[in-house]
Amino acid sequence: MKNKISFILNGEKRQLEVGPQDTLLEVLRTKLGITSPKVGCDRGDCGACTILLNGDTVKSCLILANEIDGQEVTTLEGLMEHGILPIQEKMVEKNSFQCGYCTPGFLVSTHALLKKTPCPTKEEIKEGLAGNLCRCTGYTPIIDAIIDFTKKNS
Amino acid sequence: MNDFKYIGKSIGRIDGKEKITGAAKYVDDIDFGAGLLYAAIVESPHAHANIKKISTKKAEKIEGVIKVVTGAQFPFRFGLYMHDRYIFAQEKVRFVGEQVAAVIARDPKTALNAAKMVEVEYEVLDPILTVYDALGNMKDDSNKKFGHNPKKMIHPKLSEYTHVPWFFPQDNSNIAHFRKIRKGDLDGGFAQADHIFEDEYTVPRYAHCAIETHASVGLCDHSGRLTMWTASQSPHTQRHLFAEALAPLGFSHKDIRVITPYVGGGFGGKAGVSMEILAAALATTVRGHAVKVLWNRSQEFYNTYQRQGVHAKLKIGVKNDGTITALEQLLYWDAGAYVEYGANVVNAAGLSATGPYRIDNVKIDSVCVYTNLPPGGPYRGFGYSEFLFGLESHINEIAKKLKIDAVEFRLKNAIRGGDKLAYGAAMNPNGLEDCIKKVAKEIDWGKKRPIDPSLPHLAYGKGFSLFWKAPAMPPNASSSCFLKFNEDGSLNILLSGMEIGQGYFTVMAQIAAEVLSVPPHKIRCETPDTDRNPYEWQTVASHITWSCGNAVKKAAEDAREQIFDLVERALEMKREDLYLDSEAVKSKSDISFCLNFKDFIINGISKKDGSFRGGPILGRGMFMPEFTSALSDPETGQGGKPNVHYTVGAAAVDLQVDKETGKIKIHKIAFAVDAGVALNPDLVKGQITGGLLQGLATVLYEDMRFDDKGKLLNANFTDYKIPTTLDIPEEIVSIIVETPQMDGPYGARGVGEHTMIPAAPMVGNAVEDAIGIRIKSMPITAEKIALAMLKEK
Repeated sequence: MKNKISFILNGEKRQLEVGPQDTLLEVLRTKLGITSPKVGCDRGDCGACTILLNGDTVKSCLILANEIDGQEVTTLEGLMEHGILPIQEKMVEKNSFQCGYCTPGFLVSTHALLKKTPCPTKEEIKEGLAGNLCRCTGYTPIIDAIIDFTKKNS
Repeated sequence: MNDFKYIGKSIGRIDGKEKITGAAKYVDDIDFGAGLLYAAIVESPHAHANIKKISTKKAEKIEGVIKVVTGAQFPFRFGLYMHDRYIFAQEKVRFVGEQVAAVIARDPKTALNAAKMVEVEYEVLDPILTVYDALGNMKDDSNKKFGHNPKKMIHPKLSEYTHVPWFFPQDNSNIAHFRKIRKGDLDGGFAQADHIFEDEYTVPRYAHCAIETHASVGLCDHSGRLTMWTASQSPHTQRHLFAEALAPLGFSHKDIRVITPYVGGGFGGKAGVSMEILAAALATTVRGHAVKVLWNRSQEFYNTYQRQGVHAKLKIGVKNDGTITALEQLLYWDAGAYVEYGANVVNAAGLSATGPYRIDNVKIDSVCVYTNLPPGGPYRGFGYSEFLFGLESHINEIAKKLKIDAVEFRLKNAIRGGDKLAYGAAMNPNGLEDCIKKVAKEIDWGKKRPIDPSLPHLAYGKGFSLFWKAPAMPPNASSSCFLKFNEDGSLNILLSGMEIGQGYFTVMAQIAAEVLSVPPHKIRCETPDTDRNPYEWQTVASHITWSCGNAVKKAAEDAREQIFDLVERALEMKREDLYLDSEAVKSKSDISFCLNFKDFIINGISKKDGSFRGGPILGRGMFMPEFTSALSDPETGQGGKPNVHYTVGAAAVDLQVDKETGKIKIHKIAFAVDAGVALNPDLVKGQITGGLLQGLATVLYEDMRFDDKGKLLNANFTDYKIPTTLDIPEEIVSIIVETPQMDGPYGARGVGEHTMIPAAPMVGNAVEDAIGIRIKSMPITAEKIALAMLKEK
């Protein structure tokens, strides 16, 4: 019972046949070659699969592929259309990652946070990233990078 | 202190761009093509049962199923330190979730559905879920030895298992290893004491919770070559264990290749071999097809290594002036169903359970006990976090009872360089005292936060803890490195340690950069591939900076000497005048001489007659700590030198407890570690910030909950809560002390695991300071505090 869907992926119109149980995360990774969203828990707990759906962060493991028909999906790959983002440079500088597995999810969440709140307080940053788990960094280097980044912007 | 160009500098990570852009590939990101097969595992629903019959017929008939595999095809045992594990359960299952069979299918959903159709008939046995049930007899007398329990043996064939010579399994028992330490005169030590304090502490099991789950793909081609892609901290050790386990099928080391791309967090959980053996075995049954085994988050909780639980009985003798005269510590470890790796955790803790204290008279029993819970194994801290919770809590209580300041008490007894360790060898030079003093100053020790009259429900407390840890490894654990120049003078370093996030690649590049004057950003370190990269034991034990760093330094020096040889030979320069600077060879006697690497490093130096001298420069280095030995008297532990060195430090916390809700808020942590020489201070700080939160998680939030049948109840992130951004301490002050490790690269020693070790006892001590209640079992959750407060009322 495959269903044909069409949607925008990172600025490009795509068409695809998907099954009723296929999650967006599964489809992105196994059918579309988009591997920055990672599988961490497959139940919405960890945020490693965070992407933008019509500009808002969602956990792609909780979205059925059928649901995105006619909508706009953006992954970290799409955000880097014009090269590495300044916030990415800042996160490299601040060692805001260790193993790197959760990093794409954090970047998508950070991007969404800064779009809504260009100069967030520390509490707003914590709140904005609370849906993404990281076991390596202790989060402080991620939060510090965003604070440093937005200071220079303001 | 030094005039190094790259060592000791917080240079940027060389894996930064790959990871920040999502370009870094992990096993599950690799595209294995349309022919990839998927395996699903048939798991035991029982903690303890005999397998009576397995019927695979129904599953085999399902369309898309390629093969159903059971233990009948693989009756082999394997393991790292002890061969007590099976590829698939044989005759018996020993924990809930244990692999009994596997279905290989065209797609994951078909495999999962078919796995449910495999029929397994069990004869259910009583599960043995606690160490005391497993130990049976607790009195050691002439009739029955301690642990005598022949009718309830989880491994009836224990006495047949092969193991390393420093393990001592006990016949007719569930004791897989019994580490004894006897130093000095214990009775005499207690006789000298003015006071003897006894207590008991309990630590539950924990999960690593790397965000990447275990993943493994095996491909056995028709020529008989087995290639494995694994998320692993231990590619060469995996190859060795695969070769050992599959030797009956005709595999040797050269036939097996293990490729490990980046790993999405390890923390010990991806050391050794656990689920990867399944992909290796299954691949041999479907030759020519790659087969993937990918753990889901639940499997990650119940069928990989878990941090072992421990029950500790402590007895310490002290004089009125605070001198510790004797220590007895009995550690009973809930090591789970298989202990091929975990028994060495028990061993390591047994050797070091004095903590970083100078104690003349010591008795330690560290007992590795089989239970019908998932296999215990390596977890960041390797036993030290577990025994230190009890020890440092007890030390604090003793200081309080003697009315001696807790920091003064620790300073008085803190171990110094040259002091005799529990197993008789000498302690390495270290800056423990300096760490203690700096932390005490930073946390403003001795001064309590005033109670805010408008917030009477808040109580404030400070807690202190020392820590130490030595790498736990076989005495012949070694590292090696190849280093190859490219035409432009840039470098590729081949090594087989794993960049699991700690910054290892960057530090290795810094070492090579310092020797060869090539900036780190022109150096690549290659992720391991056992066909291509040279041997490394494992990326564990916080030994990789020290051990592999030595190998890299030697490889770089080897390359440097080759460069000097060549320049001397080709240009008739005086060798002793030559030195390397800014990617070129220069001469002390001729300041105009400058031969850039890019002009000769691959293609040689041209002579006047048009011929060339030289060729590609390739460095080679290796390191093995030849001064260690794990052999010692089994009854006393005396005589060997099982540990290469200890890394030491101190930490303190300033926190508040809400007396109504039990909720803890951490205001500040000061943490000092003696890193030998910090090769990259920012990376050391990264280990502190990250490791501390992982340690705080074990004391504030996490623990594994099992039901009375041995089933894990919280095998997901909804019910096993790890910290988020909302749970971080308000402030962490990282202090790096440097007492050089003379046999380390540029004086470095490891710090990776140590950063989580003091977290639990320092919080326990601070909670006691705040509300006067000593919590003796981890975790110290809000619920536990609130209940304890109610009980006090």
